[in-house]
Amino acid sequence: MDFAFMQEAFLRLIGGIPLTLNLAFTSIAFGAVFAMLLALMRMSNIKLLDWPAQAYVFVFRGTPLLVQIFLIYYGLGQFRPTLDALGLWGFFREPYWCAVLALTMNTAAYGSEIIRGGLQAVPHHQVEAARACGMSGFLLFRRIIFPIAVRQALPAYGSEIILMVKATSLASVITMMEVTGLAAKMISQTFRAVEVFIVAGAIYLVLNFIITRIIMAIEWWLSPHLRRPPAIEPRLEAAHV
Amino acid sequence: MQHLSYFELVGFGPNGWGWALLTATGMTIAVASCGFLAGSIVGTFVAWGKIGGNAPVRWLADGYTTVLRGIPDLLVIYLFYFGGSAALGAIGSLFGAEGFIGVPAFATGAMAIGIVSGAYQAEVFRGAFQVVSRGELEAARSVGMHRWLMFRRIIAPQVLRYAIPGLGNTWQLVLKESALISVTGLVELLRQSQVAAGSTRRPFDFYITAAILYLVITWVSTYLFQRAETYSLRGMRRAS
Repeated sequence: MDFAFMQEAFLRLIGGIPLTLNLAFTSIAFGAVFAMLLALMRMSNIKLLDWPAQAYVFVFRGTPLLVQIFLIYYGLGQFRPTLDALGLWGFFREPYWCAVLALTMNTAAYGSEIIRGGLQAVPHHQVEAARACGMSGFLLFRRIIFPIAVRQALPAYGSEIILMVKATSLASVITMMEVTGLAAKMISQTFRAVEVFIVAGAIYLVLNFIITRIIMAIEWWLSPHLRRPPAIEPRLEAAHV
Repeated sequence: MQHLSYFELVGFGPNGWGWALLTATGMTIAVASCGFLAGSIVGTFVAWGKIGGNAPVRWLADGYTTVLRGIPDLLVIYLFYFGGSAALGAIGSLFGAEGFIGVPAFATGAMAIGIVSGAYQAEVFRGAFQVVSRGELEAARSVGMHRWLMFRRIIAPQVLRYAIPGLGNTWQLVLKESALISVTGLVELLRQSQVAAGSTRRPFDFYITAAILYLVITWVSTYLFQRAETYSLRGMRRAS
């Protein structure tokens, strides 16, 4: 094990962390909004909205992310004249935006199922109590259903975020130089796969560890009612003498 | 070059890529199945280590599942691909062979998938083992069954029954992961589509075909796992 080389690898690979996090968080942010929309479509009881959402989820969960990335980045190049005419070619020419689009659409499919699970698990009596107080429509959703659903969906959404951080590594296949991209380049230059792998793997583990901790903190912060009340100091009074 | 319609392109005619794509689909299924089976073996041992091991074994098993589930699969594939040929090269040079020795892409891919999916399957098996009733294990021990006999007669059948849904999820993961093996040059479905897209300059047509074929495999395997689940539960009493 060559520690000087590993140090050099570490210094090169941390240069990829900003792009890894950038890809992950941009697509998670857009993907969460889209996922919410899909979940609402699926729960709308309107077949015209439910079916497309169901088909979308089936397609994006049933095909590999790499195929989706290739389809967007290389595949859409086949329609370049049309995209040019629509003024969209500038977007689809950039590997960054293609990667963000593919990751967003992918995480939206998985996320919508998580959010749907959270929404369905909102206890019915909470909704009834809110209705009894005269809430309905958007107010009911904003004040009662949404906060409870978020709290319930958060642990599962946390693992989805970790999966997304791992999934950003696929962007390296379309020339994005994030951590895995830099690692692959370094391995093919030096043929020292084990050292580079250890360094890159450690970077991902640390990133994911920090993200898990942040999600756990948010969970703790969102559920004050489940925490034990602070212990009250027993008073040293002779009350029952 | 005359313009072919989509169905001529992916069909089985003289200019069609149909057979190539079907063969590649078979390769995808083969590499995913081998990887999945390897993962089952790894997963069984790791789950055993987590449940019945002493402190260092447990610590190792926990470390293995944490690490393999926390790093991107693509990195593991690169490690096996480049690391494997480096190791083979080192062994080869001991015997006087010169230069770069490539590892067969199929073996690399199956091994990488096995190592990664083993981490997931270990968790599935561990979860399923916890559902097996303690009383049955005690009963088996009380009639004098030894470890292996108890594993074969009591533990394995029940763990498998409870593990089927989780194994189904892992299989879907493995199937999608097998697309990453294309970076090593193994001609599976995605790689074949890349080759075809390159030589015909019709990338969209081929990638969408690949996506459809992947969907078909997922769909069929979901159905098969559901069948397996109902079959495995045929003798079970269901609440409500």
